[in-house]
Parts: sequence; structure tokens; C-alpha cells
Amino acid sequence: MSQQVLRLGTGAGFSSDRLDPALDLVVRGNLDFIVFECVGERTLAFGHRDRLNDEQAGYNPWLERRLMAVAKECRERGTRIITNMGVANPVAAARVALEVARRLGLHDYRVAVVHGDDVTAALTPDTQLLEGMTIGEVGREYLGANAYLGVDALLPAVESGADLIITGRVADPSLFLAPQMAHFGWRFDDWNALSRGTVTGHLMECAAQITGGYFADPGFKDVEDLAYVGFPIAEVHEDGRAVITKLAQTGGRVDSQTVKEQLLYEVHDPTRYLTPDVTADFTKVRLDDDGPNRVAVHGAEGGARPDQLKVTVAFDGGLLAEAGVSYAGPGAQARGELAARVLDERMRHVHGTNSPVRLDLIGARSLHASALDYGDESKDVRVRAALRASSRAEAQTLLWEVESLLCCGPAGGGGYRGSITPSVLTYSAFLDRDRVQTHVEIFEA
Amino acid sequence: MSQTVTLREIAHARAGDKGNRSNVSVFAYDPAHYDVIKQQLTAERVKKSFAGVLLGHVERYELPALNGFNFVMDQALEGGVNESLNLDGHGKSWSFMLLGLTVELE
Repeated sequence: MSQQVLRLGTGAGFSSDRLDPALDLVVRGNLDFIVFECVGERTLAFGHRDRLNDEQAGYNPWLERRLMAVAKECRERGTRIITNMGVANPVAAARVALEVARRLGLHDYRVAVVHGDDVTAALTPDTQLLEGMTIGEVGREYLGANAYLGVDALLPAVESGADLIITGRVADPSLFLAPQMAHFGWRFDDWNALSRGTVTGHLMECAAQITGGYFADPGFKDVEDLAYVGFPIAEVHEDGRAVITKLAQTGGRVDSQTVKEQLLYEVHDPTRYLTPDVTADFTKVRLDDDGPNRVAVHGAEGGARPDQLKVTVAFDGGLLAEAGVSYAGPGAQARGELAARVLDERMRHVHGTNSPVRLDLIGARSLHASALDYGDESKDVRVRAALRASSRAEAQTLLWEVESLLCCGPAGGGGYRGSITPSVLTYSAFLDRDRVQTHVEIFEA
Repeated sequence: MSQTVTLREIAHARAGDKGNRSNVSVFAYDPAHYDVIKQQLTAERVKKSFAGVLLGHVERYELPALNGFNFVMDQALEGGVNESLNLDGHGKSWSFMLLGLTVELE
């Protein structure tokens, strides 16, 4: 196997991430692989709903534009793409990718699709959810279920040599661990190497969140040129040590502060970070400065992988209704408070709404309203009402009532907007590994 | 003489979510402040300070090698991103809720 440093880049850290930093990484990053991580629990649930409405839908909506921008550049530089943009429909995504390759004139373009994460048919109304109830007891339309696959499912796709590897639900760090295993020949039970590769994957999976995104706090944590924040590169060595960095002439920063924050992002017990591949101990991780915008990460250890796979189970969540109206100037907060009281009164007693209506006063009490009181003298507030509606009529009633405040509410209210959007609910379950069968299918242009 | 400062002046933090569970990591800028945070920002204090929204257990993990702590808070997101009607259903801003607490420096 190669002794060389393996160069991994992140092209997206969530479904709607930026494209220009990804293209910059491909062009200037000298990468072996670029990973586009685009699936969250909610995006997966929406993917299932889209696929139920249209059997050719259910993959990431930015897939075509992303591939049109980077596929040719990747091919010319020998950079291979790994992505979970297949979401709930990886085969449809592969067909789109082949069509993009044809339009770009890329000959013999090969796409590897990882199958097996969709376990919708394996669950029944009696399946127990971790939240305490069964699927049947949720009482909402069951949209689908996906197991978090690991490197055992991904490795054959990486080893196939395909230009593009498309998956549905895979544990995010596994998208990065698979190319490291393939490159360095790490065994499936080399738990320390797998832990280090998992730490690298975990650090990389949210793209800009390790290069200065989700970080700036002016005057306390300043970030240069945030508008042009660069996406990260990992230079991985055979023992799993990795240097996290970014391209020169990009915005952002990579240092021990950004790396530490991302190391614990969405982590619970740091001594037992669970993936389908390994149980990693993050408290053993050590960080060393390695020059400007370079941090060396090493030292993670770990133990055996869990026996079961985590499954995300998606349900239709009904309609979310949201509407708002604003007040500014002297007494704005008092007028906003009055508007909120009027709304609450009318939703309950004129319309008989039983669903909880949330009433925020943006500018005074909203995000932290349940825990804290930030004072009562804001001069610029927005009343925001939100409701998970039991029917479209109930959703429309909320919007109607908020809009009616323009003429019937407190003085000086303006800027009404309202929206009704479909929502989803997701819960979790565990499945034994032998109930999840995976395989790789190759598509060629 | 002791001095009262907000946690934000001596530490940085980041919030993450999984379902209805929130985690906020808190790191001392200066290793000398690790013990200040360890003594004053206990799990009990966090739970009590935000009792209106932190409805479940609060666990604090210590990471002395990184000068940091991880607070894991159950039933802490008003239902979580799926169910919460909070604009910030992920609790992305929970880090700044904690950073607004004060600590005493000797």
C-alpha cells in the first residue's frame, strides 16, 4: 500500500452548504478524495417524502449543480468524490451523475452506489423506538427508515476505483474513514487506527465548522475574511495522525480553538464516541500547532464497534404554520406583548385551537425565552407565532389571525409575513447487523 | 480582590444537538482558568440557571488535556429540532446561554 500522505477535503458539511469553496479545494487542493456530506435526520426524512411523491426524487437537490461544477475538475486531477447526496434515492442520484458526466464529456465515468441503508421494509408497526413507543403508536404516517452504514459497506465502493461513490445514510465519519482504510490497509479490528481515522472524519464532516465557521464572536473570537471561509483539508499519515488545514488565500482560521470546538460538536460521552465502525475515546486526542492554519491531531484510542446499527425512522410531521408582525419605537415591547396576548386569546377562545401556539417576541425574548428574561425595553420587536397544525385550515387560521393584527391589533404594527411548510418527525431504533445487508452496484456512462 | 466576569471573557463554547439532547462544550482560553470553570460551572449550576428549558439530567464531562468540559443535557431542546416550535430548534444558541453566566476570578 501507499506510504504517502493521503489528502482528503470536505466539499460540503451539510445539505445546503456552499459550492465555491468546494471548487476551490478541488482546483488547488491536490486532493485524493473530496467528501460531500449532505445528510441529516431531517433531510433524510424529507428525501423519503419526496420519493413517495415522485420515484425519481429523494436525492440532494444540489447534486446536479455540485457535480456540474466539480466532476470534470476532479477527473482531470485524479480526485475521487465520495458523497451521501443519494439521501433516500441513491440510484436516481447515480442516473443524474451519469447524465452530468455525459454532458461534461467525461468518458467511462463510473459511479458506485452503496445499497442497504434503506430498511423501511424491515420495520413493522410493532418495532420499538428508543423514545419509548412503537412505530404504530406514533400515530403518524411512516415515511421510511435508514440504518447508519459504516466502512464495511463503503470499502468495496472505494476499492472499485469508481470516480464517484454515492450513498444514502452512512455514519458521517465513515465517509472519511473508508478512503483512509483503503489507502493505508488498516484492518477492521485495528481499533486505534480506526479511532484516529474516525476523529479525522468527525473533525472534517462539517466542513467550515473547523475552519472558522460557526465560530466568530467579534471582539472575542475574530475570524478573518469570513465571507470567503475556506473548506478543510486533512493530510493523513499511515498511523492515523492527521494535520487539519485549509488553502492559502482563503478566509477563516484553523487553530486549536476551532479544532477543539469541533472535536466535541454533537458528542456526548467523549470517552465513548460510537460509530458503526468503532468506539472511540476522544479524551485521548492531542493537538499540536503545526504552523499557521495547521493543527496536528493524534492520540485517539478506541475499542470494538457496537453490535447493533442505529436506525433513523421518519414520519410525516404535519404542517408547521409560522407568522409574524413587527413593532418599533417607544413602547414597542409593550405593544408586541399586547399583540401576543390578543393572538393567544383569539386562537384559544374564538377558534378553539388545542394545538400549542408558541409566541415569541423577537428582539426581547425568543430563542432563550423559556429559560431567561432579557428585559422589557426593546424598541424593535417582532411577534412570531408558530403552531404545528392538525389541519391546513388550522394553519391558515393562525396566519389569518396574525395578519388581522394590522388593523385590529396594537398601534403601529407592520411587516406581516406568514408561511405554511410541511414538517417531518424522526425517531431512532437499533437493528442487529445481520438484518442489514449491503452491496455495491456500479453504473457506467 | 475578586472580580466578576462573564464566562464569555474566559472561555469559548459550541453547541450541538441530537434529538432532544443538547451538548455544549466549554473551553478555557487560559489553562489557568480551567479550575475556575471546574469549580464554578458545575452541572448543578447549569441545570438550575436554565431550569425553564433544561428539563432533564445534566452531565458534565471533564477533558483536562483540552482545557475543556462537555455538558450533555437531556430533554433540553423543547422537543428537539423535530418537534420544538422554538425558532432555534437545534439549540445552536445554547452555547451563548451558558457563556452569559458569570464567574468569580481571584
